[in-house]
Amino acid sequence: MKHAVVSLTVNGAERQMLVAPGTTLLDALRENQGLTGTRRGCEQGACGSCTVLLDGRTVMSCMVPVETIDEARVDTIEGLTPPQGLHPIQEAFLEGFATQCGFCTSGMIMATAGLLAKNPDPTREDAVRAISGNVCRCTGYEAIIDAVLDAARRVSAAGSARAA
Amino acid sequence: MARLKGRGVAAVNYPTGMNLGGDPSQALVHATTTGSFVITLSSVDLGQGIKTVAAQICAETLGVPYDTVMVDTADTDTGPHCMGTFASRGTHRIGNAVIMAAREAREVLMSIAATELEVDAGDLVTDGKGRIHVNGAPDKGIAVLDVALAAHFKHGKTISGRGIFLKPKSEVVPETGEMDPDSCQAHACTVAEVEVDDETGEVAVVKMTNAYEIGRAVNPALAHQQIVGGAWMGISHALYETTEPYYPDRSHGPLDFSEYLMPGPGDLAEMDSVIIERPASNGPYGAKGIGEMTANSPIPAIANAIFDACGVRVTSTPITPEKILRGLDALRGQTN
Repeated sequence: MKHAVVSLTVNGAERQMLVAPGTTLLDALRENQGLTGTRRGCEQGACGSCTVLLDGRTVMSCMVPVETIDEARVDTIEGLTPPQGLHPIQEAFLEGFATQCGFCTSGMIMATAGLLAKNPDPTREDAVRAISGNVCRCTGYEAIIDAVLDAARRVSAAGSARAA
Repeated sequence: MARLKGRGVAAVNYPTGMNLGGDPSQALVHATTTGSFVITLSSVDLGQGIKTVAAQICAETLGVPYDTVMVDTADTDTGPHCMGTFASRGTHRIGNAVIMAAREAREVLMSIAATELEVDAGDLVTDGKGRIHVNGAPDKGIAVLDVALAAHFKHGKTISGRGIFLKPKSEVVPETGEMDPDSCQAHACTVAEVEVDDETGEVAVVKMTNAYEIGRAVNPALAHQQIVGGAWMGISHALYETTEPYYPDRSHGPLDFSEYLMPGPGDLAEMDSVIIERPASNGPYGAKGIGEMTANSPIPAIANAIFDACGVRVTSTPITPEKILRGLDALRGQTN
């Protein structure tokens, strides 16, 4: 088994990395790229705190061997955050008190980003399903579900403001 | 086969603080050169919001804007002492210490402002927006920033204060059993509405109505979130969580997130929560503790609702479908 060179587009930038066999996307992001906004939780696909977008789909990055996704596009919480201020999803979480200790928050926000990319007008049930792979141990989820729905309204309003 | 509806109620009186060897917490407050303030604490914010609440209390006491107060909880080795974040004590103990420290710092702040303005400190008020002025004469004033600059570079003074809140240990009176173990008590009541499936034994918590008397909600949004999160944990204790296996072999015990059962986003109950405020005389701005109690009353309320729904009285948690089905069998006079 040899190290391999993997090319990824991480948050819009071309990155090449030398990785040991079995390196997860989570480790590649945190250790190789220094992108620690993606949280390391259970490392077995049960908590969702490492959620990122892989070619636009939500995945748990701890479950993806990075060698298997050469040439893929990966988007993390760092890429979602604009240079100035916050993304509408982040604003919705902040203003809706949808975060307490904050450990699950970047995963929840990326799960929301993945949902809104394919379904800009989700129902409450859609929101519940979108975050069902993500564990929160503080909030009781209610504020997070409300924030996902509020984020949908904000993203859609920001979209129509750009179009006008 | 039916889904049986039931409603149960439970109430809790919950003490703020604890009574082992005395219950102290300390706070230090000082101004930076730019007129912002730093609260130094050893208390830890793990999501319950003590940093937010401490900054609010400090800003209110100093008379400065909330966003000019920073909280440094960096290191329990080097910071002022704190017993810890437990026993629903944080807001009460640390809040009182912060008030004491901020009052002392405010005295220095006002005395330097008085020197700069050449007036009596007793005539000065803060406007809460970053200025200090003569009462009734808003034009005769000085920015907190300029007071801080003058303190550091002209007068050689620190604008600072020390605070310690100590609830001394209360001994039991041997003859009567009397003691004074806590500073105040918060009160709460939960009404749980459930549906019990008498074929599968599954329980769905449909709605929880929560009323909390917590003295003063220093930050109502945080207090509300404590209630909702705590009620969710109560549902979890009542119906889901155990480290014991449901069947005799120890190896069936849960080891991780995927096996340790707790309610997910799809298992939520509708929540209706209200906060009632009856300020505690010894609380910071009247606040009592709201922390652990939020997970308490939901558990007996759910157990009572299950009894109301199907007549099965379960006396151990979690109340699993198996226990309910065995209870229903017993009521029907069957034994397995």
